[in-house]
Order: sequence, then structure tokens, then C-alpha cells
Amino acid sequence: MNVIETRQRGEASDGSGVGGRHSRIDGRLKITGGATYALEHRLENLTYAVLVPSTIAAGRMTAIDTKAAEAAPGVLLVLTPDDDLGLATASDWFGNRAEGSYRPLIPEITFNGQAVAVVIAETLEQATAAASLVKVTSEETQAIAGLDDPRAGEGNLVDNLTVSWGEAEAALAAVPVKVEGEYRTPREYHVTIEPHGLTATWEGDRLTIFEPSQWTHGMARSYAEWFGLPYENVTLISPFIGGGFGSKATASFYGALAAASAKKLGRPVKLAITRPQTFTAYGGRAATRQKIALGASEDGMLQALIHRGANETSMVGTWVENTGAATPLLYAVPNFSSENRLVPVNTVTPGALRAPGKNPSAFGIESAMDELAHALGIDPVELRLKNHAERDPQSGKPWSTRQLREALTAGAEAFGWSRRSPEPRSMRDGHTLIGWGVAIGTFPVIRAYGEALIAIRKDGKVEVISGAIDMGQGTYTILAQTAAEALGVPVDQVEVRLGDSSLPGAAVAGGSMLAGVMTGAVHKAASAAREELIALALNDPNSPFRESGANTLAIANGQIATPRGDGPAISIAELMARIGRDRIEVKRDTLPEALANDVGRMKAWTTMSLMRAPTDGDYSMHSWCAHFVEVKVDEDFGTVRVSRVVSAFDCGRLYNPKLVESQWKGGIIMGIGQALLEEGLIDPRRARVVNNNLGDYLVATNADIPDIEVISVGVPDPHASVLGGKGVGEVGIVGVAPAIANAVFHATGKRVRDLPITLEKLI
Amino acid sequence: MRDFSYHRAGSADEARRAATLPAAMLLAGGTTLLDLAKCGVTEPEQVIDISHLKGLDDIRVDAEGAYIGALARMSHVADDAGIRGQFPAVSEALWQAASQQIRNMATIGGNLMQRTRCAYFRDPATFPACNKRAPGSGCSAIGGVNRNHAILGTSGACIATYPGDLAVALTALDAMVHLGERSVAIDDFFLLPGGTPEKEHAIEPGEMITAITIPASPAARRSTYLKVRDRQSYEFAAASAAVGIELETDGRTIRDLRVALGGVATKPWRARAVEDALKGKALEPEAVRRASLLAVEGAANHGGNHYKIELAPRIVARAILNAGGAA
Repeated sequence: MNVIETRQRGEASDGSGVGGRHSRIDGRLKITGGATYALEHRLENLTYAVLVPSTIAAGRMTAIDTKAAEAAPGVLLVLTPDDDLGLATASDWFGNRAEGSYRPLIPEITFNGQAVAVVIAETLEQATAAASLVKVTSEETQAIAGLDDPRAGEGNLVDNLTVSWGEAEAALAAVPVKVEGEYRTPREYHVTIEPHGLTATWEGDRLTIFEPSQWTHGMARSYAEWFGLPYENVTLISPFIGGGFGSKATASFYGALAAASAKKLGRPVKLAITRPQTFTAYGGRAATRQKIALGASEDGMLQALIHRGANETSMVGTWVENTGAATPLLYAVPNFSSENRLVPVNTVTPGALRAPGKNPSAFGIESAMDELAHALGIDPVELRLKNHAERDPQSGKPWSTRQLREALTAGAEAFGWSRRSPEPRSMRDGHTLIGWGVAIGTFPVIRAYGEALIAIRKDGKVEVISGAIDMGQGTYTILAQTAAEALGVPVDQVEVRLGDSSLPGAAVAGGSMLAGVMTGAVHKAASAAREELIALALNDPNSPFRESGANTLAIANGQIATPRGDGPAISIAELMARIGRDRIEVKRDTLPEALANDVGRMKAWTTMSLMRAPTDGDYSMHSWCAHFVEVKVDEDFGTVRVSRVVSAFDCGRLYNPKLVESQWKGGIIMGIGQALLEEGLIDPRRARVVNNNLGDYLVATNADIPDIEVISVGVPDPHASVLGGKGVGEVGIVGVAPAIANAVFHATGKRVRDLPITLEKLI
Repeated sequence: MRDFSYHRAGSADEARRAATLPAAMLLAGGTTLLDLAKCGVTEPEQVIDISHLKGLDDIRVDAEGAYIGALARMSHVADDAGIRGQFPAVSEALWQAASQQIRNMATIGGNLMQRTRCAYFRDPATFPACNKRAPGSGCSAIGGVNRNHAILGTSGACIATYPGDLAVALTALDAMVHLGERSVAIDDFFLLPGGTPEKEHAIEPGEMITAITIPASPAARRSTYLKVRDRQSYEFAAASAAVGIELETDGRTIRDLRVALGGVATKPWRARAVEDALKGKALEPEAVRRASLLAVEGAANHGGNHYKIELAPRIVARAILNAGGAA
């Protein structure tokens, strides 16, 4: 079911290899409903699990009465913190594993919505009804509702995020122009269209999990460790994912509960997280605040930057949403100081959401730069060009590639920036105030390792097989293109199979790295397969090329021929028939020799411990972008509408520009929602996110999104990846919110330093 | 969501009788009932399906006014040529309500009966206190997140906003709600919460909305609905205004004016003080803006919703000026 065949798409596809604008090869299955998502698998004898959430945010459960639930129709099992499921701890993302047992349900309550029980029944309706009958008695203590709760305090310093050079305080005191502000971002959520959940089924001591996953191998490892199984005994299947944005890279407590229940019952169990539970079963983006002070000389050269950031985390876990992630990278500044704090509150542990750290970080620094431009009376684009960093100010290393100047220049040109009238409130149309804003963004190049199997079949078709995933970003398509180019076959002769932990290894689809990792692995494996095919063609006694005298062969468009075309020319299928082969399989990985062993592979595919930082090596490597935004603000109502966006990107070489443009636009659209709409509203008394549904947690609709123009100014970056690309998935959202806030300032003269920019902040 | 029995009514009379059974609910478009059942707010024991009943979905517009059957779909009414021509505020209010999918399913009768979006009303497990849901239990919205709560018509027992758009236009245009044997003026159909916020409508057991009528008038013909909201589609009003206006033959003196507000009150809110202040006066921007401040006379804020006091009069003023052609 997870074999995706490529199809020609008429004019939508030019059929070329890497760099071609091929349409998504999984698109047809998805729009026709032919793609089976995890929760749609109909297994025989299926049972249904429903979580029981805590309605208090802090305290201890003293008693749980499950009698009524157990007596309800269809109920098969109720699990509570009193049940020891016999699970062992699993490793963290980096492969570190603590001793001891793992209890997915505990009586200590640290956030509203924390699961305190699970009910399994014959039908979803029965399980849902019975879940409401579970009676919990608790000793409640006072909760800290969020970052703004006065009792939350200043938090704890994160030592390894303290960055400084020069003498920032002294330099700031000495400069003629300075700006200071505090910038805040609220809790934000992934709100993926496909909710989370899984179906777990056992056959003896083999466990199969159908679960949307950004990382089949890493999540399979967690299940294996929980249940004390050899890694090979777990198969996690995830051919399609309906949106991840960072939220589907971890096996979670509910997965452990579903699998443990399935084991106890001897029947498959499906556990689907409800929409309200998607706000508490896993964490969204942490709320943040950051104080930034910028100092400059009168000619606009930055002299000092002081940054003091904080983010909320949970009472039991550590999530660093580093508001200083982009701050030291963007501009040349001789005196710099950044500190970050963690503030524990009664929330589920926050998690990764598209461009963690970089996103709120850019909202701070890029808003502050706009304030500085205004204070100096310098055009905001000019100020950014003036303070361009020629090398990474933090590491001191040269950039691998940095086309940021080009992004600012090309974006400004396409937007018509030169026609901007600099004064706030100087552009209007009737009741509508018009504002233009700019901001830049960045995202690091993270490198890791991958593995791919290439199979050449007797019908001449090529299979690409990997446990990597496609959550809509286009992995199926670009891997088909990569294999087609390396092997010399048309892209429609390539079939791609992904999303299964029993297939060859891959790094997590996170940190915008999967495309770079996997095109590298597929390129290597496909090139080796090509060599093997050519060797067979030259050496097999039944090959027509054996007597050709050639010492190599050319493969193009699926045809094998002598390099000068003076010998035989046959299709791959014909060659396979002549030499009597059904299938040629070649597996390759990109691991360095020291890691090319079982231990190294296990680490590479199931942990994040081998991921390489952007400054690991001789260069500092990042994607870059510049966003130009027009907003229209009703002067009476304070409503902000984004009416135009032009964004220019440096993401190196683009493996498929059509899909990259979609990724960039998706990031920009999400950024518009972040800037204007998205905010988890927390009840101050019960510490509960009260707008926990798609009616009340607002994300942008089509009507909120204008035409978006995206421009690539990148050049191939040979240091970033095998084929020269840098990450594209996350950089698009970074800088959108400050560009909009800056445009709102230009339109209205009002500086909004806390997201989202809702109408009451402007009237 | 608990089990319920499902009954397909054979006629409107039978449906009305069946609806008097304990914990019985009528099912038309289902867009509210299903939603509230999933939240655990509504737990019907009997669901009486009336969605298929014949003769209840007519839309007729003539010189006297409009007749809209209770089972007419929102999208059909919004798109009806007579409604668009004679009652533009009604069509505009419907087009700006909900989503296309909901408009295609939801009926006019059900639309009037929709419940508040108050998050505390919708979350009984976490917030047992809600006087609307459980009379006498208290109000969780007071002191909670109340950015979208009402500033007008509130009581110590309830500050939940009436969420709809259509009823605001109908209130401005003096519609009647027909309940079988009797009819009620729409302004009397919706009740203030007072000490009984659980009782939202002047509808008694055994009654069912059968139709809505709207009298024709020059002000209705020159009416508009202006909705301000956080996003441009599929979102309730931060505040809205339905306005109908009739000018004297001089083209500038206001002969008749109807103003109602949405998104700011516990029921669709007729702003007669604004109407009275401007009738007989010239349609002049400054005077309109001044008079529009009367729309929020007596308003009280609860912290998060203070902005509505500022916002609502501005919307009223813009809508009057738009409708009068003086914007």
C-alpha cells in the first residue's frame, strides 16, 4: 500500500531529474482518498481506546473509581495509575536510557488534560461513554497557569545558552541611538489536520504499530524498549502523514497505553486523540518573552545587542524554545550578550513546532531592528544590508553560502520597496491604512545520515526503498527524481516505498534535514546500482555488450548503449531478460567508515546523537530568507489583513522547485496565522487551554491568505549536502510574524510587541 | 456522547408532540446538536428528526415581505433573489456566517436556536459551574477568559454572547418567529439571561419554529450587515451591526433607521437609542458617529472584552454611513 508509482502529469511535469518541477507523485492518491492513513486501517477484531483527562492542573490523585466504567456496555479494560503495565523506560532522543520502569499513567497531576486513565471497549462510542464514568478524586494544589502567572517567576538560567562577546552593557551605554523592547509570543499549536493516534496489534512477540510518524525508526525503538523486545520485532508503519510540523516525531504515552492494552486483550487497539486532546496529549510551542536592547552609532552601525529571553516549560520536563537561536547569527555586532531562562508552569511539556527557537527568536530581533531603523531614520532594508555579517559572528566561521544580501535586494525589487513612503501612517486608501514591512529569517543546516535500497526489476522499473517518511513535503517525489537522474531512467519508471521502520534507515524528518540526507543516500545507492548494472552488461556471458569492446556504458532514458552509440542499444528490461536476472538490489548508506557497523547504524537511525550542528566542520551553514509584506489595517476596527507577500530565499540548490515553493508558501501561511490569529488562551484559575478546538483556536483560512510570491536566490552549497541543497521546510515561517508586525507599525504607528496582533491592540 | 433513541417524525404536529418527551431534541441540520452532543453539553434521550418534513423549507418574497420556512437552508436563503433584493442585510448576514459546509446543512430554525460559543458552557467536565447548563451552579466565564463575552444584556448569572449573525439582521428588520399556533416578535423571542440563563427563547414545550416572516419596508430594502471578526472567514463576530435606512426625498434626512448589534450582547441587540437619536436628522458622518455611541449605553466589560465597547459604535457608524451611501 505504501508503494508510490510515479505518473506523468502532462504539462505539470517536465519529467526531468533533480531540479525538475515534478508534481507530487502521492498527490493523486491523496486527493482521490486512496491514501490510507494510520487511523483508517480496519483490522479484524479491533477495539477502541479513549483517554480520560484530568480536569485539574496540579495536585495528586488520591482515588480513582472505575466500577461504573467497567460495568458499562462493551467495556473490556480500564487502565489507571494503579496498573503496573510492566514497561521499561525508553531512551531519550539522544539514545540515553535511564534505568527503571515506565508508567504512562501517574497519580501526580502537573497539567490540566493530563491523562489519568484509559478505557478500552468494543466500539468508540462505548469507550467514550464509559470514559465519562471514571471518577477521580484528587488533592488539588494551586497551579501556575502560564508564563504570565505572577507566581511563575523569572525562571532558571540555561547555562549553555549564554552567549557573549565584547562588552555589551558598556557599549550600549555609550551609543547615541538605542531601542529597547520586550517581545512575547503565546502558546501555539500544531493543529495538524490528521489527529494523532495509532492502532497497535500483536502477533506473538511481534508488535505492529500504524501511527503517523516523522521518524519510523526512532519511534519503533521506543516501543521495542518499553516492551523489552528486540528492535526488529517492532514494525511501525506510516506511509502518509496528515501534517506533523514537529509533533509526530516521538512515541508517546498514549502509544504505550494502546500497545499495552492490545497485549493484555490479545486484540488490536485503536487510540485516536480527540481534537481537544491535541492541545494536551503533546506539547505545542512554548510561550516566550524576550527583552532586547539594540545600540547603534548614528550612521546605523550596530554597536551593542543585549538579549534576555525566557520560555515556559512543564513541571516535569525540559523544553528549550531558544529565543536566542537567531539573535547572534543575523548581524555583525561587536558587543553581544544573550541569556535564556526556563520557567516551569503547569502545562504539558511543550514540543517542537516548525522552526523551534528560530521562529520566536526572529520575532524579537527582527521587530527590534525595525524599531532601530525607525529611531535612526534609516530604511529597514538598508539597515539590514549595512549590518550584514560577513561571517558567523558567534562561531567566527565563514558561511558556507549566504545569499542574504541577494534575498533582501531581489525581494525589495520584486515587491517595489523603493516606492515605500517611510513615515508611519503615510499610506492609506479611504478607511484603510496601508503598511509595508520587512524581516529576515534563518534556519540552520543540520546534517545526519541515511540509507536507501535501490532495486532494478526485470521489467526495467526501479524501486527506491527507505524507512524515511513523507508528511507532505515531497520525499516520495524527490527521491524518485534523484534515483531517475543517477540511474538514467525516466522518473515515471521509478517507484518509491517509504514509511516503514523495517525498511532501510533514515534520520528523523525534523530540522529540515530529511531531503538533504535522503537525496544523498539515494544518489549513492542509485549510482552504485548503475555501476552494478553496467558491470553486468559488460561481463555477463549473455549480454549483447560483452563483445562490444567498450569499457563502460551509457544509460539514458532507460536505454543502455555504448558511450559513442556505435554498439547495441537496449532497454534495461531487455538487458535483465538477456542476463537472466529478476532483480538487482543495492543498499548503501552515507555513514562514515567509523560508524558503518551495527552499533553506528542503530545510533544513526534511532537516535539524534549523530546529528551534526551547522558549525560542525569548517563552515557555518544556514538557510536564509527575506520577507516583504503589505498589510491593510482598518483605522476604525483595527483589523489587519495581509494583502501581499514577496519572500526571497537562499536554500541552496532546489531538488524540486515546485515542491520547495509549496513548502515556503506553507511556512509563510502558517506565519500569517501566527502573527494575526493563533494563541492558546489559558484559563488563569484552572490552567486549561480553553480554545481547544478548530472553531476557537484560529488558524488562517483561504480568505486570510493573499497571493504569495516566492523567489529563489540560492546557489548550490556543496558543504550542506551531497546534492547542494539546504533545508527548506522551516525557514519559510521564520521572520513572517515580525515582517507583519513591522508592516502594522508602518501602517498605524503602533508597535505591537506581543503576538498575535489582534484588533483590540490597534483600536 | 451517550446513547439516544432516534425517531423520524411523520409530520410537524407529531414532531412537536414528540418534542415534549423528557430530554427530547429536534434534529434538523444537526450542525449545533451534534456539536453540543460531542461536547457533552446536550445529552438528548430522544432525537426527533424533522429534516425530511415537506413544506417547511419554502422561501417566498412578495410585496408584503418574506416568508422563510424553518427548514430552509442557510445557503438557500442567502442566495435567494428576493431576499437579496428586498432584505440585503439578511443575505449578507448569512453569507458571513459559519462555513460553506455548515451553511449548506444548517436550517434557519436551527440557526436561531444555536447556543453560545462560551468555552465554559462547552466544557462541562472541566468547568461544572455554568448557570446556562446547570442552573444555580455559577458562571465560570466571569473571572475567566472572556474576550468574546458580552458587554450588553449580561447578568450576574451569565455573560455569554449570542453568537449568530442572521438573528441580528432579523432583529433590525422586525421579523416575526412563527411557532405553529402563535407568533412572537423576534426581539421578544430571545430572552435576556437575568437569573435564568438556561431559558434562552420564548418557546414552550410542544412548540416548534415553523417559519420566519420579515415585513417589507424601504429600510429593509436599503439594509446591510457589517461584521468585524478576527479572521476573514468561518469566525464569529467580534462585533457586528445590521442597519436598515430610509432617507427622505432630499436624499439626506433620515426618515427611518433600524440598528441591531451582534457579537456584543447576550441576545441580538436592538439599538433603539441610536435610531431615535438619528431619525429626522441629516445623514452626516460626525452626527452618526456621535449617535452610534448610544449603542453601548449601559455596557459593562469583564476584562478581556473591554475593546468591544470601543469597537461596536464604530461598526454601527460605518454601517449606517455605508447603508445611507455616505461612507
